[in-house]
Amino acid sequence: MMGIMLNPDQKSKFITVEPKSVWQKLGVSFWLSMMWITLVVFSAVIADLLPLPEYDYIDWMNQASPPGSTRSIQPLNSSQAEPEPFVYLFGTDTMGRDIFTRLIFGARVSLLVGLITPIIGLLVGGMLGMLAGFYRGRLDTFIMAAMDTILAFPGLVLLLAITFYIGQNLTNIIIALGFLTIPSFSRVARANTLTVSRREFIQASRMIGQNDFYILIRDILPNIILPLIVYALFVVSYMIVAEGTLSFLGLSVPAPDPSWGGMIAEGKEVLDQASHVSFIPAMALFLTVLSFNLIGDALRGVIDSKDGQL
Amino acid sequence: MRDAITTTGKKLFRLFGVIIAVTAITFVLVDFLPGNIAYEIAGEEATMEDVEAVQEELGLNRPLIIRYGNWLADIAKGDLGKSFRTQEPVLEAILSRLPVTIELVVLSQLFALALAIPFGIICAYKPRTIIDNTLSSIAFAMLSIPVFVMGIILIYIFAIKLRWLPATGYVPISGGIWDNLRSFILPALCIAMVEWVPFMRVLRSDMIATLQENFILMAKSKGLPASHILFKHALRPSCLTLITILGIHIGHLIGGAVVVEIIFALPGIGRLLIGSIFSRDFAMVQGCILFITIAYVSVNFLVDHFYTILDPRILISRSV
Repeated sequence: MMGIMLNPDQKSKFITVEPKSVWQKLGVSFWLSMMWITLVVFSAVIADLLPLPEYDYIDWMNQASPPGSTRSIQPLNSSQAEPEPFVYLFGTDTMGRDIFTRLIFGARVSLLVGLITPIIGLLVGGMLGMLAGFYRGRLDTFIMAAMDTILAFPGLVLLLAITFYIGQNLTNIIIALGFLTIPSFSRVARANTLTVSRREFIQASRMIGQNDFYILIRDILPNIILPLIVYALFVVSYMIVAEGTLSFLGLSVPAPDPSWGGMIAEGKEVLDQASHVSFIPAMALFLTVLSFNLIGDALRGVIDSKDGQL
Repeated sequence: MRDAITTTGKKLFRLFGVIIAVTAITFVLVDFLPGNIAYEIAGEEATMEDVEAVQEELGLNRPLIIRYGNWLADIAKGDLGKSFRTQEPVLEAILSRLPVTIELVVLSQLFALALAIPFGIICAYKPRTIIDNTLSSIAFAMLSIPVFVMGIILIYIFAIKLRWLPATGYVPISGGIWDNLRSFILPALCIAMVEWVPFMRVLRSDMIATLQENFILMAKSKGLPASHILFKHALRPSCLTLITILGIHIGHLIGGAVVVEIIFALPGIGRLLIGSIFSRDFAMVQGCILFITIAYVSVNFLVDHFYTILDPRILISRSV
C-alpha cells in the first residue's frame, strides 16, 4: 500500500543520478523513429529516380496479387526486346498497380500535408499568440476570442465544408488544415510568452531602450520557439491522420494520384481475399504517426528536464 | 450565486456569438462555390430561362445580407430548406438520421469508459510499475492508430476471420434489439479503442492525486480492503476531469463519427453529410454542417455549465 503514498518525483531528489547526455536521454524508441522518418522522407524525395513502374501503371494480369508476385506478361508497348521480370515487393492493388510505388508516392502527400500545415500554424498562430501574450489587454482579449471561435467549430466538419466549398486539391487541403492549427499554436505561444515576459531580462531589455519589435524577436522568440516546435511535432502526426481521414473518405488528392488513406479505402473492398492491399499502407501510416508522436514525446521530456534544472 | 449567473450570462453570450459566426460562415461559403450554384442546380441541359428561374426561386439576385437575414428567419422557424436532389426537407432528413448517430456515440462512450476506468484505476494504484508502464505504452501506441485504420483492423478480425459480428448492415431497433445492438458493436468499439486513451490518462493522474489525500489514509488505517477504497472512496472524487472530457468528446463525436459511419455503413448524420457532399446537394450539406456545429457548440456549453454545478469550487477559483 505504500506505493500509493510515495510520490515518485520526490524520491529522485534524494538519489544522485549519473548525468546522462541529451542523446542518451532520448532513448532507443526516439532513434528508431528518426530512422523510420528519415527512410520515408528520403524515399519520398528521390521517388522519381527509383527504378519503379509508374504509380498509375495498371497490370491487368496481376490484380490484388500478394507481395512477391512477379510481372509475367510484358507490356505490349515495351520498347525493350526482353524486359526484365519485375517483382511486386508489396504486391499489387485492386487495379493491378504496384503497391510499393504507390506507397512511396503516397508518402509525398502525407509528408507535404504533415510538414507544411504545422508551419502555417506555427507562423500565424505563433505570431498572434506572441502579440496577445506580450501586449495583453484588449488585443489579447480580441485575438483569443477569435481563436476560441475557430476552436468552437468541430474540426472535421469544418474541414469537410472547406474542401467541399473551395474544391479539393492539395493546396486547398494544406491551407484548410493549416488554418485549423492556428488557434492551438496561438495558445501555446501565448502561454509561453506570458511567462517569459515576466522574467528580468525582458525588463532589462526594456530598460536599455530596446523597442517592442526587438524584444519580441530577439528576446522572447528564442525562449518560446522550442516548446512551439515540440508542439508542432504532435501536430504533424495529427495532420497526417487528418489528411489520411480525408483521403480515406475520397476527399483529398483526386483519383489516380496515390495517398495512404485512399489506398487503405481501396483495399477495404478486398479485405477478405487480399488484406495486404489495406494493411500495408495502414502499417506505413501507423508507423509514421507513431514515430512523430515518439519523437515529440522524447523531445518534450528532454526540454522539461532542462527547465527543471534552471 | 450572483457570480454563477454572470458567468452563465457571459457564456450564453459567447454561445450566441459562435452560433452567429457559424451560420454566417456556412452561408457565405456557398457564395465561394466554384461556378454558379444556380447552373449546378438547374442541371447540365438547362436553358437560360431555367437557370434564371432557379435563381429567382433561391433569391440569388438579392443582396447577400438580405438573403442571410431571410435564411436566418427560416432557420428560426425550423425550415432548413429542401434537398435539391430528393426534395426531402433537410431538417426531416437530419432528424431521421439522428437516433443512429446518438446510439453510436452513447455506446462508444460506454465501451471507452469500460476500458478506461479499470485500466486507469490499475495504473493509478500501481504507478510507475511494469503494469502501469505497459498499459501506458499500449495506450500511447493506440493513440497513433487512426480511427479508420482501427475500423479496418476490427472488421478483419471480428467480421472476416472470426465471423462473430457483421461488418456492415445496419438493423433498426424495429428489427429486434439484439440484432440492432449487434450491428453497433464493431462501430462503437472502433471509436472506443481510440477514445479510451485520454480517458484513462486523465483518470490515472486524478486518481494518483486523490490517493494521496488524508481521507484515503484514514480509510486505509481503518483496514478497509484496497478494492473497496479504490472503487467506493477514490473513484468518485477522481472523476471530475473525466466527466468534462467525456462531455467534450460526445459533442465532438456528433460530427466526428463520420468516418466510422462510412466504414460500417451506418445511416447516421455523418454519412448523410458525406453522401450529400458527393452528390453536391448544397442545401443538405449546409443543413448538416449547421446542425452538427450547433449541436457541438451547445453540448460544449452544457458540459462547461454542468461542470461548475458539479464542483462549485471552480466558480470560486474563477471569480477570484
